[in-house]
Amino acid sequence: MTGLWESLPPMVQYVTISTIKILVVMIGVVLVVAFSTYFERKVIGSMQSRIGPNRVGPYGLLQPFADVFKLLFKEVIVPSESSRFLFVIAPLLSLIPALATWAVIPLNGSFVIADINAGLLYVLALTSMGVYGVILAGWATNSKYAFLGAMRSAAQIVAYEIAMGFALVGVLMAGGSLNLGDIVAAQSGGLSNWFLVPLFPLFLVYWISGVAETNRAPFDVAEGESEIVAGFHVEYSGVAFALFFLAEYANMVLISALTSIFFFGGWASPFEGWTFLGDSFLREGSFIWLFAKICLFMYTFFWLRATFPRYRYDQIMRLGWKVFIPVTIVWIAVEGVMAWLKVGPWSGLA
Amino acid sequence: MNRAISYVKTFALWELLRGLSVTFRNSFRKSVTLSYPEEKTPQSHRFRGLHALRRYPNGEERCIACKLCEAVCPALAITIESDVGDDGTRRTTRYDIDLFKCIYCGFCEEACPVDAIVETRIHEYHMEEPGQNIMTKDKLLAIGDKYDAMISADKAADAPYR
Repeated sequence: MTGLWESLPPMVQYVTISTIKILVVMIGVVLVVAFSTYFERKVIGSMQSRIGPNRVGPYGLLQPFADVFKLLFKEVIVPSESSRFLFVIAPLLSLIPALATWAVIPLNGSFVIADINAGLLYVLALTSMGVYGVILAGWATNSKYAFLGAMRSAAQIVAYEIAMGFALVGVLMAGGSLNLGDIVAAQSGGLSNWFLVPLFPLFLVYWISGVAETNRAPFDVAEGESEIVAGFHVEYSGVAFALFFLAEYANMVLISALTSIFFFGGWASPFEGWTFLGDSFLREGSFIWLFAKICLFMYTFFWLRATFPRYRYDQIMRLGWKVFIPVTIVWIAVEGVMAWLKVGPWSGLA
Repeated sequence: MNRAISYVKTFALWELLRGLSVTFRNSFRKSVTLSYPEEKTPQSHRFRGLHALRRYPNGEERCIACKLCEAVCPALAITIESDVGDDGTRRTTRYDIDLFKCIYCGFCEEACPVDAIVETRIHEYHMEEPGQNIMTKDKLLAIGDKYDAMISADKAADAPYR
């Protein structure tokens, strides 16, 4: 077996290994997405003094699969006045960027599908691609509700994309690299070295923009049930709807992972400097830590949804343009001056 | 000064954090959900569910076809036709309740001078075919016979308040 493997040309070996890596990450992400729907319903249920799903399988754990199979067996209805081709590819356009971004995310010290130097730019580029799926879905449906939803969503994503980008400029200045692995490495050394501490305002801006970017509550005007039914995906049913659903949750997991990497030290352990813990796994950076951080942020997503009513559209625009962008610019300036004067946590830079 | 405080509060997300703390605390409370059908909420003896027609202990129908229930019914769900029976008494030949029209207000029960029509505490029933929503006299009497003990007990429990 090993002989056969070594006789293959290096290119084939590389492609095989990459494909296996991609499959592992994909299946992992899809499973996390499936169970995050369950997790969401349980969390929101407990916050509203309810039980949440508990009928399918032990503790309702098989509920996500029941939902998926229900959607798979349903008919996909294409409205007769719609632009058929765009209507069909729109869900894919919103799902693909959400999954493709995982290529540059370091899951632990050594596992990353594509260890590229411009990882941060790649992330920024792909996360802003997702809006095309939403706009095309809204336009191709040829329904006023879908179109309004798509316009709202587009305006919102464009507004918050800028604040998000500026927040990442701060991370870039602190980390001194565009490579996500290097950014995580720059935060090693325990809780106090995480970028959360020096970049706290940027963390808040990034996280809230992330919530807005994924069109989640309280920024979910794009699907405001009360006025535009379901927004851009009104006319989607069956598998096509499932893809939008998958994309939304994949984006949530992605934003959680990115926030952990940029501000919470990614796969690094929070207890690295705590020598009294001995040589336990708690002090070593591993995938478990990244996963725990992702779970924490997913919980926060659901927590926000259970707590806040929906923002009004003009409030969303005001928050994005008149609060977040000035805050990020000010903090980048502060950071720059401190790095230049060699004070604070950036004394090693520049 | 107040403005400065409100600015600080806004940027510290003070009100938002308070809201979050409310939901977080609430998430540790015991859930109030009952796992129906394994668990059920307690029911009052005055519960107004499926209808029944009652008989006297000797087997005679209570209903005297006075049509007060038909008159009082706000949803016009009751249809009654009457005739003189073999023993010379006035009896219904038809007593239909349309369950789709019925709003379960209990006025028929209140109007009845002989406690013939009652609403039982049965609420878990369904129809499978069109037309099964019409409760005929036979069906109503059958329900009355089957659940006589329960109906009598509920009536007795409510008697002190009447």
